[in-house]
Amino acid sequence: MSDDTQDQTGQELVQSTGGATKELRPGEWPPADVEHHLRRTDTDPKAQARAVRQVATMFMLSVLFVILFIVAFIAIPRDAVVSIPFIGPISALNSAMGLTFGLAIFLIGAGAVHWAKKLMSNVEVVQERHPMKSTPEETALAADIYEVGRDQSTWAKYPIIRRTMLAAMALVPIPFVISLRDLWIQPASVSTPSVELKTTIWEPGMRLVTDITYQPIKADEIPVGGLVNAVPENLPEVEEEEHNLNARAKAAVIVVRMLPEEIQSQQAPEGDNWDYNGVLCYSKICTHVGCPISLYQQRTHLLLCPCHQSTFDLSDSAEVVFGPAYRRMPQLPITVDDEGYLVAVSDFAEPVGPSYWEISRP
Amino acid sequence: MTSLAKHRRHPAAVLVVILLGLLVTGGLYAAANSATQAQSVEADELQIEQGRKLFLEGCSSCHGLQGQGSDNGPSLIGVGAAAVDFQVATGRMPLANFGAQAPAKLPDYTEEEIQAMAAFVASLAPGPAIPSESELDYSDANVARGGELFRANCSQCHQAAGRGGALNDGQYAPNLMQTEAVHIWEAMLTGPQQMPVFADTTVTPEDKREIIAYIESLRTSDDPGGWALGRFGPVTEGLFVWIGGMLLAVILAIWIGAKVR
Repeated sequence: MSDDTQDQTGQELVQSTGGATKELRPGEWPPADVEHHLRRTDTDPKAQARAVRQVATMFMLSVLFVILFIVAFIAIPRDAVVSIPFIGPISALNSAMGLTFGLAIFLIGAGAVHWAKKLMSNVEVVQERHPMKSTPEETALAADIYEVGRDQSTWAKYPIIRRTMLAAMALVPIPFVISLRDLWIQPASVSTPSVELKTTIWEPGMRLVTDITYQPIKADEIPVGGLVNAVPENLPEVEEEEHNLNARAKAAVIVVRMLPEEIQSQQAPEGDNWDYNGVLCYSKICTHVGCPISLYQQRTHLLLCPCHQSTFDLSDSAEVVFGPAYRRMPQLPITVDDEGYLVAVSDFAEPVGPSYWEISRP
Repeated sequence: MTSLAKHRRHPAAVLVVILLGLLVTGGLYAAANSATQAQSVEADELQIEQGRKLFLEGCSSCHGLQGQGSDNGPSLIGVGAAAVDFQVATGRMPLANFGAQAPAKLPDYTEEEIQAMAAFVASLAPGPAIPSESELDYSDANVARGGELFRANCSQCHQAAGRGGALNDGQYAPNLMQTEAVHIWEAMLTGPQQMPVFADTTVTPEDKREIIAYIESLRTSDDPGGWALGRFGPVTEGLFVWIGGMLLAVILAIWIGAKVR
């Protein structure tokens, strides 16, 4: 190809640019010694004029779309709906604004690219690199400036000022670090973050109630295979008082029932049972990163977390059988009160929710 | 007469009159009703007999001749009419082949045959019944509260927009967009396959109506953003933008870099 320097029209396609150099203007790089293909816009004035028109049209259209954007914003009612094929009914205002503004921006970019490709100089150049090191004169000058500054500021003259200032600046960040302690919200009843993380509002005799509807749950009315999303009876009052969801985030539980003979193990100490006639209660907060989970497969007794696929076997102490969770789901010991409603025997024996560094500390 | 009139101010007189009145109206009602009742008992027995025949033909190879279950299928004693209606009317039973989960398909039986089989299984032992039309009437239900109940009890498996989701071992919680109200009700009541039971005692009939009303509202609500992409949320939307956006970026890059003649 490089031998063939003529195309069918007989036009010269390749121009040697390395030879006779015309005078360079300041800031202009010398053309590199490579073959340079001329574009049609370089040789044909008609093509050149057409490209100029095209670029200018794109910029003018961009202006037009900005005006259309303003018109659309003012003219189209906010609740108007337009049905677009394949997309369906959508907000007319949003789609008009998106379309006009999107095209306005796109046409500026497209015009710039078209301009660069068709009209701007595309002569290949080699940009020579200079050495990175400063000249000895510049280095000496910098040293002089430093010394003048040092002397005029008396930085070297009074070491006591220098040292006390360094000490002051070193200590200034300390208040920011100290105040990190208050990142956790401290309820009046709780003393330390460790206690706060290890306790929930469950207490002995606290009734379990259904979530959302807050109705007490009769143990006998849960069928085998049943699932109830439950919370402590006093949760609405606590939420009212604390104005946050901290209590709910720790105390939410799920109640399931299986046949007593299907229960392989529980978290109760040897010789004790924390279920009531096959009704088991476990924390709803995944021990991996704390997603609320109640994705319970009643035939396999598996509890799945949809966030990271941790899987717990509720018939076997909620041990982890799959996934990234490290700890089993904590079990809430339950029994029934005089009226047959489910109540907690105590708070959880293990911290609920995601694990943390100090989890094994008392 | 005079002796009776003498006692009409007696304290027990009122009680005697009420008792007599109750006995008379009760007796009349029972007499009028016995004829129709006898008829409907007979009809019930015929239906159960028809159901028994259908059961022996179509179900007993897995569920046992008395519905006691076998290695291939669970016992149907006590599952009630609701479980039969759900499983057969949604085409999940009879099972086409053994797999991770019975998929919904067109039902193999007519409405009448399903009712007969349901009546037969219900006659084996008491269990949850098929809900009546009035029980199912969710036209006055509180949709917003249904949404809260749905998010608390259903969304973890069926996804916040009711589009279903994956479980483990190839099982899945089905999409609820085509499911009839009666079958949603029956599924909550009976807990088919891996689904837990949401009994009337913890999710009351009113709660169930509200949940169904919410699912219905999900079906009919618009997507103000245009393409819902299955309403699966950020995963499909992100995938769509990635693939579509990358393709567009590649096309633009090719255009920008193409040699100009």
